[in-house]
Amino acid sequence: MAILVYTEHWDGQFKKSTFELVSYASKLAEAANTQTVALSIGEVEEDNLRQLADYGADKIISVNQQNLKYVDNQAYSSVIQQVADQEEADILVLAHNNTGKALAPRLSVRLQAALGSEVNQLPASLDPFMVNKKVFSGKAFANVKLKTDRKILTLAQNSFGIYENTQEPVIEKFEPTLSDDQLQTQVAEVEKHRDKLLLTDAELVVSGGRGMKTPENWDKLKALADELGAALACSRPVSDEGWRPHEEHTGQTGKIIAPDLYIAAGISGAIQHIAGVSAAKYIVAINTDQDAPIFDVADYGIVGDAMKVLPELTEAFRKARS
Amino acid sequence: MKILVCISNVPDTTTKVRFVDDNTRLDTNGIQWVINPWDELALTRALQLKEDKNNAVESVTVVHVGGKGSEPTIRKALAIGADDAIRVNAEPQDAWFVASQLAEVVQQNEFDIIFAGIESSDYNGAAVGGMLSELLGVPSISAVSSMDLENDQVKIIRDIDGGKEQMTSQLPLVVIAQKGIAIEPRIANMRGIMMARKKPLNVVEPVEKDTLVEFVDYELPQAKPPCKMIDPENVQELVDLLQNEAKVI
Ligand SMILES: Cc1cc2nc3c(=O)[nH]c(=O)nc-3n(C[C@H](O)[C@H](O)[C@H](O)COP(=O)(O)OP(=O)(O)OC[C@H]3O[C@@H](n4cnc5c(N)ncnc54)[C@H](O)[C@@H]3O)c2cc1C
Ligand SMILES: Nc1ncnc2c1ncn2[C@@H]1O[C@H](COP(=O)(O)O)[C@@H](O)[C@H]1O
Repeated sequence: MAILVYTEHWDGQFKKSTFELVSYASKLAEAANTQTVALSIGEVEEDNLRQLADYGADKIISVNQQNLKYVDNQAYSSVIQQVADQEEADILVLAHNNTGKALAPRLSVRLQAALGSEVNQLPASLDPFMVNKKVFSGKAFANVKLKTDRKILTLAQNSFGIYENTQEPVIEKFEPTLSDDQLQTQVAEVEKHRDKLLLTDAELVVSGGRGMKTPENWDKLKALADELGAALACSRPVSDEGWRPHEEHTGQTGKIIAPDLYIAAGISGAIQHIAGVSAAKYIVAINTDQDAPIFDVADYGIVGDAMKVLPELTEAFRKARS
Repeated sequence: MKILVCISNVPDTTTKVRFVDDNTRLDTNGIQWVINPWDELALTRALQLKEDKNNAVESVTVVHVGGKGSEPTIRKALAIGADDAIRVNAEPQDAWFVASQLAEVVQQNEFDIIFAGIESSDYNGAAVGGMLSELLGVPSISAVSSMDLENDQVKIIRDIDGGKEQMTSQLPLVVIAQKGIAIEPRIANMRGIMMARKKPLNVVEPVEKDTLVEFVDYELPQAKPPCKMIDPENVQELVDLLQNEAKVI
């Protein structure tokens, strides 16, 4: 018995989201009275691998093969399956991000394991195995029973928190068997958004909507974001207009985020937008229209012109810091 | 080359959801049903690829697992431009059940490219596309935000955390689409709606399958306390609240 957690790295580095995932897996292992095995695929230095033990990994398995440089969904799910079988893992945990969403359903079929996707807390009970997940894009939550012996969970990002729980880990290498016909997709080119705080990782987010009027006015949002060390986001019409890049658009059809603070300027608060940000711990709305629906979901609101309020707010934060 | 687009039937995104029977079932009264937004974008892209004469796309078929009640949604897909449709006559029970039905359809008919959406906007499973590809034993590429054909080869861009990857793949392939695959969904025009009535909508009976998960009951999110309003002339107050009350900065 074990809980297997698939950890992702970025050029050999783990991120906070990985540590959150391992924290979750190890709390789950504690509840299930079993151990936490972390799997890492790709080139990661031993010192970095060891970090996984700070959040509760008892055992760390590293797979490093040239043909696994890029994620091929078939090959990766085969590797994860091989490790799950070796470790007799009965629960697999992955992040509910692009990679996790791609791999978890394939693993569900391979292992005949029920998939609980985008869970947001520890299971309410282990027998029966009950998880809670968001449905209808955040308008409701469902209690879902996973009926098979083996289970797979994907954890909603920023939903659990990071808990230190240092272990003295066993670190092992694993050599998977892979045939060429398991590698049917090829990556020709990679483009990275360098030096940019990733929206899905950010604790503070400053976001603008159509009420910002022109792309030039983003200077005011950027100034505030820089002052706070926040990432930038926007509503969908803003990215559709090309004012801002698509990866900044939040909402039902864009990124789903759960920062500590989301500042929305000139955003009306359409239900499809809120679907992407309702998990934020605090929402601040700045809008000229006191009846804008954004105020129904905001914690703090300012009825006013964003062009005037944003610079004043930036200044007030600057003063508060110094 | 033949393209299949998997379509799920979901409540319109502005629907206020309510539950009945002790919160065990969605109250479907008054709900307007639509094509899942990502599937609509995938269908739009599939049709664009077919219309581009440089590509040898013979047909675009849509498939849906659902009862007769979802036929208006399927007709809508035909009106937008799909050539024909298949409905597997069974209420969707869980992702595994649906993917198994879809796999059966693909095994009966050959398709080179199969589109699925990244998730359904109702149960937010993000599962069926990946499960289908595994059941078929074919490659899948997920979070696809752009897809082209060049000499019958796919050229795909997928989003990864922190960047994008340009990819190719062997066929058949399951393409799991997200935003960007098409910019705006195509809207049916009058002619499309008329033609849709005559297009083939084949109904097939389901294969027997169990389920792996059960949705037991539902709850609505807790109501938020009312928004604290701050005087626009005194933004300092907001800074204080964020520091001392919310403690987020
Ligand atoms: C299927 C579907 C999916 C969708 N998915 C998404 C999604 O993922 N994300 C998303 O964002 N949208 C999505 N939408 C679109 C959504 O319905 C709204 O149209 C969109 O969110 C509105 O963007 P907005 O708030 O920027 O613009 P608007 O609704 O035009 O609001 C602008 C706001 O700015 C305010 N304003 C004007 N001037 C000022 C000023 N000087 N200072 C301060 N405030 C000012 C106005 O009072 C208004 O409230 C989707 C729609 C559909 C149908
Ligand atoms: N009942 C269904 N019939 C056909 N395709 C479906 C059905 N349910 C889901 N899909 C496809 O699978 C994708 C992901 O759905 P889900 O796993 O339910 O979030 C959808 O975007 C559709 O392409």
